[in-house]
Amino acid sequence: MLEICDLHASIAGKEILKGINLSVKEGEVHAIMGPNGSGKSTLAQVLAGHEAYEVDLEKSRVTFLGQDLLDLPAEERARLGLFLAFQYPVEIPGISNSYFLQASLNEIRKSRGLEELDAMDFDGLLQEKMKMVEIDPGFASRAVNAGFSGGEKKRNEILQLAVLEPRLAILDETDSGLDIDALRVVSEGVNRLRSPNRAFVLVTHYQRLLDYIVPDFVHVLYKGRIVKSGGRELALELEEKGYDWIKTEEDAGVPA
Amino acid sequence: MATTITEVPVFDLTREHFLRDMRRLAEKAAPAWLVKARAEGAANFADTVWPHSKMEEWRDTNIGALVDTEYYSMTTLPRHTLAAFDTSPHRIEGWINLVFVDGFFDAAISDTSDLPKGAVAGSLAAAIAGPAQDLVKRHLGSCLGARSAYTALNTAFIQDGPFLYVPQGVELDRPVHFLCIATERQENVVSHYRALLVLEAMAKATVAVTSVAMGAGENHFDNVVEEIVLGDGAALTHCAVIDAGTTGRRLCTTETRQGRDSRFDSYSITLGGAIVRNQMCVMLGEPGAETHLNGLYLNAAAALIDNNLHVTHAATNCTSRIAYKGVLDGASRSVFTGRVLVVRGAQKTDSMQLNNNLLLSDTARVESRPQLEIYADDVKCTHGSTVGPPPPEIVFYFRSRGVDEKTARGMLTYGFAEDLAGRIPDPALRRQLDGIIYRRFSPGING
Repeated sequence: MLEICDLHASIAGKEILKGINLSVKEGEVHAIMGPNGSGKSTLAQVLAGHEAYEVDLEKSRVTFLGQDLLDLPAEERARLGLFLAFQYPVEIPGISNSYFLQASLNEIRKSRGLEELDAMDFDGLLQEKMKMVEIDPGFASRAVNAGFSGGEKKRNEILQLAVLEPRLAILDETDSGLDIDALRVVSEGVNRLRSPNRAFVLVTHYQRLLDYIVPDFVHVLYKGRIVKSGGRELALELEEKGYDWIKTEEDAGVPA
Repeated sequence: MATTITEVPVFDLTREHFLRDMRRLAEKAAPAWLVKARAEGAANFADTVWPHSKMEEWRDTNIGALVDTEYYSMTTLPRHTLAAFDTSPHRIEGWINLVFVDGFFDAAISDTSDLPKGAVAGSLAAAIAGPAQDLVKRHLGSCLGARSAYTALNTAFIQDGPFLYVPQGVELDRPVHFLCIATERQENVVSHYRALLVLEAMAKATVAVTSVAMGAGENHFDNVVEEIVLGDGAALTHCAVIDAGTTGRRLCTTETRQGRDSRFDSYSITLGGAIVRNQMCVMLGEPGAETHLNGLYLNAAAALIDNNLHVTHAATNCTSRIAYKGVLDGASRSVFTGRVLVVRGAQKTDSMQLNNNLLLSDTARVESRPQLEIYADDVKCTHGSTVGPPPPEIVFYFRSRGVDEKTARGMLTYGFAEDLAGRIPDPALRRQLDGIIYRRFSPGING
């Protein structure tokens, strides 16, 4: 579904991603872990099409559902079925959650030749999804993320995920700043959305999210490259030994 | 601060036109006090220089065009009827709609006002001719502060305009809508609306004044003076909606005098016009008075919109809030001046002002000038202003959800503007304005 080959990206002339290789198939859940500054969030943003990053198009190849992803602007990636849950969701004063999500869903439906949903049909769908991710129905009419707590913002990202039903969801540190209840709600939401034709990439610093959402694969990102890949046990090992273990090994020149 | 008279441009031709129409008006019968007031206005107009760009308050607002044009006063022209014009889109459902055409009340297309005993809503001309004459005489001109050429001009032509009187302790259960329509005409026409709104102590009302231009190609000039008197403990919600089309010109001076513990909630929304200057002066002259001035201006093409606010804190424990927002597109010019003056002894003043501007083009320009002048030492006053395009990180958030940049900017602009319109307490007016803003910025989005 997603094939990343030798992905290089930089910001303001500084190279952050230095040759990422990753293959994600339908139904799989991949966790990308790594110390601060390793490039995890950059990878998520680059895949979503953030233009602040400059991708080295000579070297890098990324295909998503058979299409050249790097060729597409952000909105077309989203319409194709790629979703990024932001680490820091932005506040949009004056635009209600339901208006925002309805516009978004209809853009995606339109691009697939589906009929747009009117306000009434959409409202029914939204109510159902809000129940699923345990969000108070009152949030529908509130401005997007405006004045939301950190946990509410993250939950709102999961609500968007539930409404937009992407093929690939990238969750960028969705667990950071969550208390244990919010973490449970977010994880349960994600688990309900797991399906054989939907894949997840979880970007996280901590192992604890993976207690709730059990990944099929764990990758460790360090200095812009994936230096270790394994199953769930790799995350547990990281929890036990900390990132210093990886850093020492890498910085000493031990091949990945 | 002194202006040298020698540098003042002279507009003899226009002045002659105005003076000619004043003489014609003087031939019509009117009460002696009104004849005297007009004559004073005419004399003041003759003595006062027309605003020009060397005056600090008019530095970025060139209204020379208003006196370069040969205007005909409606006093001397045949009046239009609006039989062929559908006013229904401009009426507000459930309100008392009172319609003015080119400056004069038109009873035939107005609702009959069913008001509590003693309250009057309608036309200043009718009030002058009827039992409310003493009220008018007592209050008219009582709010006008510093004399200016255009307010003097308005006074010289006092004839008609919105009139509201709410007696002590009375609350209007239905809001009043003054719908002022400029018709399409061959000539360049000037209408001197004179409005007077009086709320006695503890009275309460909601009022909207809508100014719309009919048809295209109109070249009208509204020179409006509106006086608002709020008694002790009175509360007025006042919404001004200005849509002067693409060529309409407008100078509007609103002067409000507030009594003790009174409250004024103002919403000023400018949707269009070639030259629009809204001057809003509030005198907080008694302790505990509170004023909330909210504004929205949607500026585009080559228009000039100037909002000039003066709030004077002349008593203790008064509160003022100014929140004006602008959406600037095309090669438009916008000016915002918010001057808050705290006089000596006006302790415990609480004042905040904010002017936010959303910039949609590289060629639009705005001058934003919040100003504080404080002569008391125990006060809380803040001000701020912002100017900028839609934040790129928000635009990216939209795009990451499948919404392209153009649509995102439209939705963001709608949200920016709607944030202000959404604060209007009356649901019918809020819906009407929301619809206008939505249609302007969110084309193609399925609501």
